[in-house]
Amino acid sequence: MAIFRTCPDTGLKIHSQAEALIKANAVVGIVFLAIGGLFGIAVALTRWPAVHLLDPEWFYLVLTAHGVGVLLFWIIFFEMAILYFASAILLNSRLAVPKIAWGAFALMLAGAILTNIAIFQGDSSVMFTSYVPMKASPNFYLGLILFAVGALIGCFVFFATLVIAKNDKTYEGSVPLVTFGAITAAIIAVFTIASGAIILIPTWLWSLGFISYIDPLMYKIIWWGMGHSSQQINVSAQVAVWYAIAAMVLGAKPLSEKVSRSAFLLYILFLQLASAHHLLVEPGLSSEWKIFNTSYAMYLAVLGSMIHGFSVPGAIEAAQRRRGFTRGVFEWLRKAPWGNPAFSSLFISLVLFGFLGGITGVIMGTEQINLIMHNTLYVPGHFHGTVVAGTTLAFMGITYLVVPLIFRREIWMPRLARWQPYLFGLGAGGISLFMMGAGTLGVPRRHWDITFSDAPLSVDVPGTAFLMMGLNGVFAILAGLGGLAFIINIVGSVLIGKRRDKTVARTNPVVFDGGAAVAGYGAEGTMKVPGTVVLVATFFTAFVLYYYVNWKFLSEVWPLS
Amino acid sequence: MAIHPPADRLWWKEPLATSEVIWIAVAFLWGLVMFFTMIYWHFAGEQNLSSEAYKISPEKFAERTEAMAAKYKVREEGDTGVPVVRPPAGTDIYMFGRLWEWWPVLELEKDKTYRLHLSSLDWQHGFSLQPTNINLQIHPGYEMVVTLKPNKTGEFSVVCNEFCGVGHHTMVGRIYVVDAK
Repeated sequence: MAIFRTCPDTGLKIHSQAEALIKANAVVGIVFLAIGGLFGIAVALTRWPAVHLLDPEWFYLVLTAHGVGVLLFWIIFFEMAILYFASAILLNSRLAVPKIAWGAFALMLAGAILTNIAIFQGDSSVMFTSYVPMKASPNFYLGLILFAVGALIGCFVFFATLVIAKNDKTYEGSVPLVTFGAITAAIIAVFTIASGAIILIPTWLWSLGFISYIDPLMYKIIWWGMGHSSQQINVSAQVAVWYAIAAMVLGAKPLSEKVSRSAFLLYILFLQLASAHHLLVEPGLSSEWKIFNTSYAMYLAVLGSMIHGFSVPGAIEAAQRRRGFTRGVFEWLRKAPWGNPAFSSLFISLVLFGFLGGITGVIMGTEQINLIMHNTLYVPGHFHGTVVAGTTLAFMGITYLVVPLIFRREIWMPRLARWQPYLFGLGAGGISLFMMGAGTLGVPRRHWDITFSDAPLSVDVPGTAFLMMGLNGVFAILAGLGGLAFIINIVGSVLIGKRRDKTVARTNPVVFDGGAAVAGYGAEGTMKVPGTVVLVATFFTAFVLYYYVNWKFLSEVWPLS
Repeated sequence: MAIHPPADRLWWKEPLATSEVIWIAVAFLWGLVMFFTMIYWHFAGEQNLSSEAYKISPEKFAERTEAMAAKYKVREEGDTGVPVVRPPAGTDIYMFGRLWEWWPVLELEKDKTYRLHLSSLDWQHGFSLQPTNINLQIHPGYEMVVTLKPNKTGEFSVVCNEFCGVGHHTMVGRIYVVDAK
């Protein structure tokens, strides 16, 4: 028999098992964020030539642990929490088969621990990508397989919950937009995990000696069907979180349900082609294949993101204008709740994801421009803009809402929480920017020593590259402090934060209560949003200029054909 | 709110804001521009990677590279024992990556065209030509053929930018570009 409580903030019925699973997945995710983030700082401090913290063996080991820990374990555990939240909680339903969901959680945890043990035994420093024929110990792959199977089961629990909610009529009409975004993420996750299974299971058997040969090019094509598509899970989940935060903090509703949902649909249809982004300078692949796939057909998934890039700030602007902040073009933005860490996380994440992560991703994924960027530090610069400044910050933002709503605790140190998104955003933005700067100067990624002091031949490295690596180190420390502020505060809130009962919920509401200003829910329709128009026009100008600057850079290198 | 089901059950019939429609059109057209720019560059640009590649065993590729090096060796690179090879302009030239070197050192003439064959003898490597910043992924078992035309004289480094084990950061090669005699 499912046990429910009624949420004093939202009036939603909350299934105790769903709540417990959300807590478990979120907590484990945040633990991996803490560990993986610490490794990240060690990496940045090693790459800072003046500090050069670790020796090469430890550096490559820790870099492997960093990538796997944050890119897979932190993000996917947290995404499981989001899936359960967007299904059982938002749909007012019980969670399907909680026992199986716990089994999935246990499998994921066992897999994550097994892979980490393999890495720390020292014979699996093969990086997150583990390109064959470089071989890790069998447990490295086995752990990833177990983790993926667990995540897949979690996705099916999510789908089953949708079916139950529909049958039990726990909601009316269509699912909420946030749930729709979560469905997008889960569908892409199934594709992603299938790709992972297709390549990791044979690779595991190969590492055990049952298979003699894995083609390195084929490995890359399928591996990136997992590796890049898993980033598309993040994008979908993160956009869903943006809409969720805007809704909960401001009562925002999308400008148009139709447009926002269509944009998610574009993700489902086209994001899987992105494996090609990693194969633009490989031997033998035709230009036709590269152009079609790297552009997601004709940039149709990019179109989806650009639509959300309008719709999310548009929804915020419309909600603020309804509340009376109508003066000028930007009063709505000036008077936004910048002291609310959920809101500031959302907005900083939105801006950094667009400008740092989004634009650079499209440019790096241009068939020919990739020649001057492939495997340089530009690549991690780009994806720290998407995954750290974008996804991680968005997930931090919603955690400030999940703690009071699901853990039923007040935030332990609210003043620290006010500052945290700015500090983390500044650090993550800097990391992204300076790594990309170093990348344009040709500094390789995953590299212990840009002075090449142990190499038989010398390499001239521009002085600016050293400056960039130093700044990267400084901003990594800032991001680390921002991450620490988040983790201490959340752990403190969960353990010793003030309990949130009905009285507290009334005096200190977390979710926007609507009031008279926002009547009903639905699309904003034809509401005018001039501020958003100015914001996206700025974005578009930056995009076009930077795009052509890179063609100019390309035109100056050695002609090749 | 976006966390509730839409109040209007016929939400797909709700009108759109003009500004949003315009933005969708702009974004879609921009996608087309970027798509066709890639195709355009194949006709108008000078930097397009060929798709010419062959399957080859590491032994065979090493053999061909060594044969070229023996034929056109002009000197050794410092005290490293690595040959500096100056093949005639317009010919097929070879370089392999292995743990942890790019071999041999090549000497090319400016503004002359060469067909550079690249492969790996063991793991994957990243051919990263610096400071011009051209980056190619090199696989064992595949021979990639790139037609190059150096447009500047000087000393260029080939850095490995695909992680290839604990000596990865010592894997460096060199290409000299000199004026044609």
